[in-house]
Amino acid sequence: MTTIECTINGEPTTIEAPPMKRLLDVLREDLHLTGAKEGCGEGECGACAVILNGDLVNSCLIPVLQIEGADITTIEGLAVDEKLHPIQQCFLEEGGAQCGICTPGMILATHHLLDKHPQPTLLQIQEGLNGNLCRCTGYMRIFNAVQQAAATGAAK
Amino acid sequence: MRSNVTQYELIAPGSLDAVLQILAASPDHYTPIAGGTELMVALGAGRLQSKKLISLWNLAELRFIETTPDALVIGAGTTFTDIRKHHLIAKEFPILAQAASWTGSIANQNRGTLGGNIVNASPAADSPPALLAYDTSVTLVSTRGSRTIPYNDFHLAYKETALEPHELLHSITILRNLKGYKTYIRKVGTRNAQAISKVALAGLALVAEGKDRVIQDIRLGAASLREYPTRLTATEQALLHQPIIPATLAAARAAILTEARPIDDIRSTAKYRATIAANLLEEFLRSL
Repeated sequence: MTTIECTINGEPTTIEAPPMKRLLDVLREDLHLTGAKEGCGEGECGACAVILNGDLVNSCLIPVLQIEGADITTIEGLAVDEKLHPIQQCFLEEGGAQCGICTPGMILATHHLLDKHPQPTLLQIQEGLNGNLCRCTGYMRIFNAVQQAAATGAAK
Repeated sequence: MRSNVTQYELIAPGSLDAVLQILAASPDHYTPIAGGTELMVALGAGRLQSKKLISLWNLAELRFIETTPDALVIGAGTTFTDIRKHHLIAKEFPILAQAASWTGSIANQNRGTLGGNIVNASPAADSPPALLAYDTSVTLVSTRGSRTIPYNDFHLAYKETALEPHELLHSITILRNLKGYKTYIRKVGTRNAQAISKVALAGLALVAEGKDRVIQDIRLGAASLREYPTRLTATEQALLHQPIIPATLAAARAAILTEARPIDDIRSTAKYRATIAANLLEEFLRSL
């Protein structure tokens, strides 16, 4: 076991875990943050995506030792005071979520995209979400949700 | 079957010197891990053999891009996102920037490193064809010092490299001597994003001005055509000093079909790979 200090959703957090434990499992099992989902477990589907020091990453591929001192945002950290984040609101209104497994990763990928490109083109949206697989929506409603989020200035 | 993580050791000494000393002093082999986009997949699938790992992630001594008047030096720990963000790489080494852009998804590019892509030595890896075409050299370090070899001599056999035990890939050097060269890169896979290539070809060529349009220099790097990322030297020789005319295109197709040794596997067939390789080469030559 090893002790890791980091910040998760703004809260200083101490984790006791084996150093190779996947960040995804630490979030879900140790911290009970079950928003990040396990889809493929090999970095292909993006359902476990979180924001690590400002970068979108797949938490299933990160050994927890490597998050020492890091600042992590999970889907649970996006809404403020129980009010949906504008990106979440747009996914809700545009029908960008169906079964919901991909949704936390889609929303965090959108957040990362809008940080970098506040007014993305459709191509930039497609690339920004290219690591997040959805098997329900056919993506069009998701793209609409991202465009709507960009229009409302959700990057701020 | 998921691995039992309690059986794995991972240490993060925090500096390159400390890592090299541990590698040199440890009788048991430590496996270096950087962004984890390969080894953590193996862990998740229960097939990570190494039980002792040492973290290279975010070591400042390995994560850098330096430019001099003559060369560009990329630290092995540089991520694909770092490469994509670098203006000089985009301007002067566009096929490396292009390869970085289709190496996995954005999330994987934020973690995957150029050194990891090379050392993992997959025959299908995305960055090696461009690095081979650019005729890069690689610098390897250990506590005994460093040595620099042509990248073309780095891969020895399937998943075997010139790295000695206790040695690490430190950096990749590209010379800035490519004025007038034309470039080509294309990856053929199941989908643009994320998919591992069935075949990829990168090329650089210098063509004489004037009517004859003779190929003065040509370098071809390929993925998934042999058991490791390969410079297609025989095909290059067949094209050198030849004019770009239909007979040369036919000779080029014959040469690459002879030199390539593609295989049947889960992603494609040898026959498809061979045909596509010849098509890509012809596309490159027609673009010159």
